[in-house]
Amino acid sequence: MDVLNITYESFRHFADSWGLLYMLGIFLIVIALVLLPGAKKRARDAAQIPFNEDR
Amino acid sequence: MGHLGRTAILGLGTFLALLAAAFAADSAFRLHAFVLVLALGVATIYMLRTAPTGDAPAAKDESDYMDGPIRAGVILTTFWGVVGFLVGVVAAAQLAWPDFNIEPFLNFGRIRPLHTSAVVFAFGGTALITTSMYVVQRTSRARLFGGDLAWFVFWGYQLFILLAATGYLLGITASREYAEPEWYVDLWLTIVWVAYLIMFLGTLIKRKEPHIYVANWFYLAFIVTIAMLHVVNNLAVPVSFLGTKSYSLFSGVQDALTQWWYGHNAVGFFLTAGFLGMMYYFMPKQAERPVYSYRLSIIHFWSLIFLYIWAGPHHLHYTALPDWAQTLGMVFSVMLWMPSWGGMINGLMTLQGAWDKIRTDPIIRMMVVAVAFYGMSTFEGPVMSIKAVNGLSHYTDWTIGHVHSGALGWVGMISFGAVYFLVPRLWNRERIYSLRMINWHFWFATLGIVVYAAVMWVAGITQGLMWREYDDQGFLVYSFAETVQALHPYYVLRVFGGLLYLIGGLIMAWNVYQTIRGNVRNERPLVTHTVAQPAE
Repeated sequence: MDVLNITYESFRHFADSWGLLYMLGIFLIVIALVLLPGAKKRARDAAQIPFNEDR
Repeated sequence: MGHLGRTAILGLGTFLALLAAAFAADSAFRLHAFVLVLALGVATIYMLRTAPTGDAPAAKDESDYMDGPIRAGVILTTFWGVVGFLVGVVAAAQLAWPDFNIEPFLNFGRIRPLHTSAVVFAFGGTALITTSMYVVQRTSRARLFGGDLAWFVFWGYQLFILLAATGYLLGITASREYAEPEWYVDLWLTIVWVAYLIMFLGTLIKRKEPHIYVANWFYLAFIVTIAMLHVVNNLAVPVSFLGTKSYSLFSGVQDALTQWWYGHNAVGFFLTAGFLGMMYYFMPKQAERPVYSYRLSIIHFWSLIFLYIWAGPHHLHYTALPDWAQTLGMVFSVMLWMPSWGGMINGLMTLQGAWDKIRTDPIIRMMVVAVAFYGMSTFEGPVMSIKAVNGLSHYTDWTIGHVHSGALGWVGMISFGAVYFLVPRLWNRERIYSLRMINWHFWFATLGIVVYAAVMWVAGITQGLMWREYDDQGFLVYSFAETVQALHPYYVLRVFGGLLYLIGGLIMAWNVYQTIRGNVRNERPLVTHTVAQPAE
């Protein structure tokens, strides 16, 4: 397929294959980061941010 | 830029607006340009009259937070709220009693976009910009980036509201739902929005807190996505450079899909993500305890933004849109139920161990009802997106009821809670003028929503069933006019529900005004602590 000749079909196939995989990948990485050991303590600290104001 | 430079730019703007009026291609554009002349002219005169007297200006304390635009924003949020609710009551009255249509400026076709934009963009948008400025400074422990850029963002957005609102009344419309302003107003909003993004990102970059608090993620998603949606949805070619009319770059079903991709994500990222930012900051603050699960909030964020963007096609069920796209929209809408309820649970459970605050603190009560309505409308939404249900509900008042349970219940209540939280803090008052009046506001608003949503639900089902009622010959049983007649009592009741909500808004305006003036109402405390008697 000619790369420069972007048709609706080629665009759509890119979106529902590589595009979808890319988004799913990012999502899984986020979930992994949230469940990683040590994430609980970091999350507990982050949750306190609204109470750390200067005044 | 000093005072002189700003005054000169405003003066120049006034002159250019006058030129635009002189060379306008159509009369509507001329009137609209005169509105701009008036607004910029008044601003110029104000600047001239408040020119510094020659003393060296006091050095600004960069360590301090910038609260000026936030104070102005709280006042205008309250103002636009009351205006938007009032216009809503007028629109409801026009549907119940057509004599309220006062042609040409105040008929339903113009009042309806005025109402939706007044509540969504004027009330909701001002609330979002205001609270985002407050939250990003507190959670980053940094002053707003860009100095007076924040003032530009603030007044620039208000100018957009003014031009949009007056445009609707003059009959200027691009006919795109929730994006009715014409091309030149859209261009102005784009400039303001880019400035907003720079201000927000700049503040995050210079933050002193290593972690970016989750509320800021939601606000940032709101800003970035609205920029993208606004630009793509409004791609259009103007007919003339000093005329109102423009034509969309899209046509047919592509245009329809673009509009509902925009329309539904305006719900998802304007009315949901932005206000979730509000929830994740103001609810923990008011409850004086951290959010129930910070890790859940991160999952809530990412799953919400990944799923929402695909839900738009559910507005186009049984249309010329390809079937697979309709099904895609439906499936993603149903999946959205999970992150939405994750967020609702996170908000409600923040009160864990402090449930008594629902009884003692009317602000918390407002926030809890807001989150409850968030949960209810994000359950109702996925149900309505299912094609079989949509066949009954679409084009009926059920949709209107659904939107209002989200808008009045979730968006309205969480904003009221934020306003009541902010006013005493921004003006250094010991407490709000009257806690009892917050309580009155709460009950008026809640009853108003319940009446409105219940009535519209019944009306919508009635309408949907009457439309699809066939006799044994295969003919429709009811004419359209008969279905309209059947709905009249519900339309009258809707006016009543809207009035209750408006009264609540007026009570809030009075409470905010008195608090800013520094008054404290002499009233019986809301909660009298009775000592529990031990059982014999």
